[in-house]
Amino acid sequence: MTGPLDLLIPAILAGVSVYGMAKGVDVYGALLQGAAEGLKILLHILPALVTLLTVVAMLRASGAMELLAAALSPVMDRLGIPAETVPLMLVRPISGSAALGVGSDLIAACGPDSVVGRTAAVMLGSTETTFYTIAVYFGAAGIRKTRYAVPAALCADLAGFFFAAVTVRLFFG
Amino acid sequence: MAMTAIWTGMTVLSLLCALVLGTGSSLAPAALEGAASAVELGLGMAGALCLWMGVMEVMRRAGLAEKLARLLGPVLSQLFPDFRKDRPVMDAIAANVSANLLGLGNAATPLGLEAARRMSVKSPGVAGDSLCMLVVCNTASIQLLPTTVAAVRLAAGCRTPFDILPAVWVTSLCSVTVGILAARLFSRLWRDRR
Repeated sequence: MTGPLDLLIPAILAGVSVYGMAKGVDVYGALLQGAAEGLKILLHILPALVTLLTVVAMLRASGAMELLAAALSPVMDRLGIPAETVPLMLVRPISGSAALGVGSDLIAACGPDSVVGRTAAVMLGSTETTFYTIAVYFGAAGIRKTRYAVPAALCADLAGFFFAAVTVRLFFG
Repeated sequence: MAMTAIWTGMTVLSLLCALVLGTGSSLAPAALEGAASAVELGLGMAGALCLWMGVMEVMRRAGLAEKLARLLGPVLSQLFPDFRKDRPVMDAIAANVSANLLGLGNAATPLGLEAARRMSVKSPGVAGDSLCMLVVCNTASIQLLPTTVAAVRLAAGCRTPFDILPAVWVTSLCSVTVGILAARLFSRLWRDRR
């Protein structure tokens, strides 16, 4: 059966192209330029992925990951968040590439369609590298007194983690 | 520096855990397989990532971001009352938020920084309420198509990598709302303390 989401991607591809053509954009040239930039991004994140997936695999093999998940699972269970996602939540605000490494390890290890894999994916897709963003913005604006920006941004992150688990249960439970 | 600490801490932690739990023999193969899996993941993501970057470039050139910015104007002037009448700031914020929505991270950051720099002129060195709000809006990701995550899921063998979209949208909306409410609440508490 064809659902609305099945057609979303083809519709975006066709729709954006038609809209671009109507606006007089060199659609094919733009596609090629964007794809070339995609390769550059990949080249940029690949070294970080190598180091991070190495160390995440070590943590998993050593049993440290399980230990951490087991230690925090009473609290996480009460919140309804899979304890396996704890390492992801810990690195998410600090480093984008570390989060991508930890998250993709979870998605591969637990399966992309598992509850843990989906929760990790939603967490990755709906939160940002908070501390990095704050550093860039306040650095550029020459701000030393950040007032309540950090706690407010972390509230948003925590809400994102919590609701990632809620929505995955809601949409896929 | 932060990454040095994270990397070193995680390697030492896994070594200690392996010693205590007796899992030492599996550590070396895991490390090498982890490194190899990164390249596999990169290759598995590459196609989807490049395709979506191309689509985003078409959206950028067609001026979709500007169109979105005009739609967002009224909502944004509610969030940034101090700068409601400051056209350059509001234009930069609207462009920043709409570039974020479309996933044009590279375009969004300079626009956001431009807005932040203009805002800081009013209160040099101190983050005003509007600047805090701008930072919160940028730290809470609001992306219509989370393409990188979808590419990761695709690389892991998922046949419907975008089926998480509704969950991502609802979650993003909740997290942005909580961030905005928290910023509003803290701005009141902060004034009381002074």
